[in-house]
Amino acid sequence: MTAVAYAFRSYEFWLAYYRRVWRGSIVSSFVNPVFYLAAVGIGLGTLVNKSASPPGGVTYSHYVAPGLLVAAAMQIASTESTWPVMGSFKWTRSYYAMSATPLGPASIFAGHQLFIATRILVSATVYLAVIAAFGGIHSWLAMFAPAAALLTGLAFSAPIAAYAATAESDSAFSAILRFAIVPMFLFSGTFFPVTRLPTVLEWAAYATPLWHGVDLGRGLVLGTLGAAAALGHVAYLAVLAAAGLAVGRMTYTRRLQR
Amino acid sequence: MRMIGCVSPPSGGTLSILGLDPRRDGATIRAHLGVVPQLDTLDFELTVRENVIIYGRYFGLSRKELRCRADELLEFVQLDERADSKVEPLSGGMRRRLTIARSLVNDPDLLLLDEPTTGLDPQARHLVWDRLFRLKRRGATLVLTTHYMDEAEQLCDRLVVMDKGRIVAEGSPRELIGRYSTREVVELRFRDEPSLDLSTRVNGLARRIEALPDRTLLYTDDGDATADRIHELGLHPQSVLVRRSTLEDVFLHLTGRTLVDE
Repeated sequence: MTAVAYAFRSYEFWLAYYRRVWRGSIVSSFVNPVFYLAAVGIGLGTLVNKSASPPGGVTYSHYVAPGLLVAAAMQIASTESTWPVMGSFKWTRSYYAMSATPLGPASIFAGHQLFIATRILVSATVYLAVIAAFGGIHSWLAMFAPAAALLTGLAFSAPIAAYAATAESDSAFSAILRFAIVPMFLFSGTFFPVTRLPTVLEWAAYATPLWHGVDLGRGLVLGTLGAAAALGHVAYLAVLAAAGLAVGRMTYTRRLQR
Repeated sequence: MRMIGCVSPPSGGTLSILGLDPRRDGATIRAHLGVVPQLDTLDFELTVRENVIIYGRYFGLSRKELRCRADELLEFVQLDERADSKVEPLSGGMRRRLTIARSLVNDPDLLLLDEPTTGLDPQARHLVWDRLFRLKRRGATLVLTTHYMDEAEQLCDRLVVMDKGRIVAEGSPRELIGRYSTREVVELRFRDEPSLDLSTRVNGLARRIEALPDRTLLYTDDGDATADRIHELGLHPQSVLVRRSTLEDVFLHLTGRTLVDE
């Protein structure tokens, strides 16, 4: 119980910090959903909808919206668990401030992940509200889409933060974003079904966590999700998140005790 | 310092803090410690007051309690007028005082200070010393590391001289000066390069003589008498300074004058 209470004390720091800097993220959390859905969903959608077989058999904006909801979770997770994590060790040293108090490395790590989880949930909820306004919700299961986004986000934020706790410089972070996050964003089924990719790339896409997250989120919003697929996606993402949390606990402990 | 703060595990031997074992009761011990780390860990995005409050929350204190406590502590370190300012524009001395205020938020039984005044200007140092002295007078136990011997002399009842990770001497400042130095020191400076036989000529005038490139130090119990003897010998140094022996003399005697680059 104390471990949970401790994690919430560290979480509180991040909320206080966010209260000071939220203006910068307001665009990515609230304006981006509207812009993306308008540009891609409606703009590009008018072209896609003319095709004989639109993806998913629905209007393109309805197809792409749940994908964007989940992809946004990945983006928030990956930026929030790179620079802010390393910065809390190296620049602001706020992790060290916490470690001088009763909070231990595991609570410090958990509190930060809780904060990232909150950011993801807020963004996903805003997306869902915008989708509802566009009339894009096809099933009551859509209410679980933010949970799917949260799980996807943690499958990124926990392992990346676990790595960031070992980093001495931020040089690898841009590489992670450029060579992992951006390609996943483009090719893991957010904008088009991965079946349209060449076979090799299609199978590569199936291996990415984002594809599992997008397929899960889209299945919930469009009401097309099968039980087996749902279970598979959740298991895959949960294993990644759990592994990230376990390793992160270790890397945080090692860094803070050094 | 990090081991006493229960942040790093003990690397060897036995360590007991406030009667508890840091390996097992780290969090409990930390709840009763105040820590002023060598590098400030203040949150720049937060205001001065928020820094104290959030830090207090780490100890599980209530917000209501912390609002009073923060005002009290900021007044104690003379930052009450800056309570709503951000940390960013504060001077080094102000940041140090804020770190001290923050470390006191849980009313610690033991306060650990790692070089609390390094890098501060004289005014700021004296203000910090004054606050630490008041804490000491109220009965707080302070453990502090410092490279400034005048700081140690001002604040410490008992001190330990460390050299290359080993304890080389231990005692009160007075005791250490008595044990490892003389009561007074005569510093001689010569206009020209001191002649080679200088040290042989002054030999016997003092208990210990140290010839440095720019001056010669004579450790003696009666500085004025030694200075007179030097004039009687027909030596004419450019300047003669008679001063009391300090902890710095003790420290340099014990750890040597060679530069140690860690």
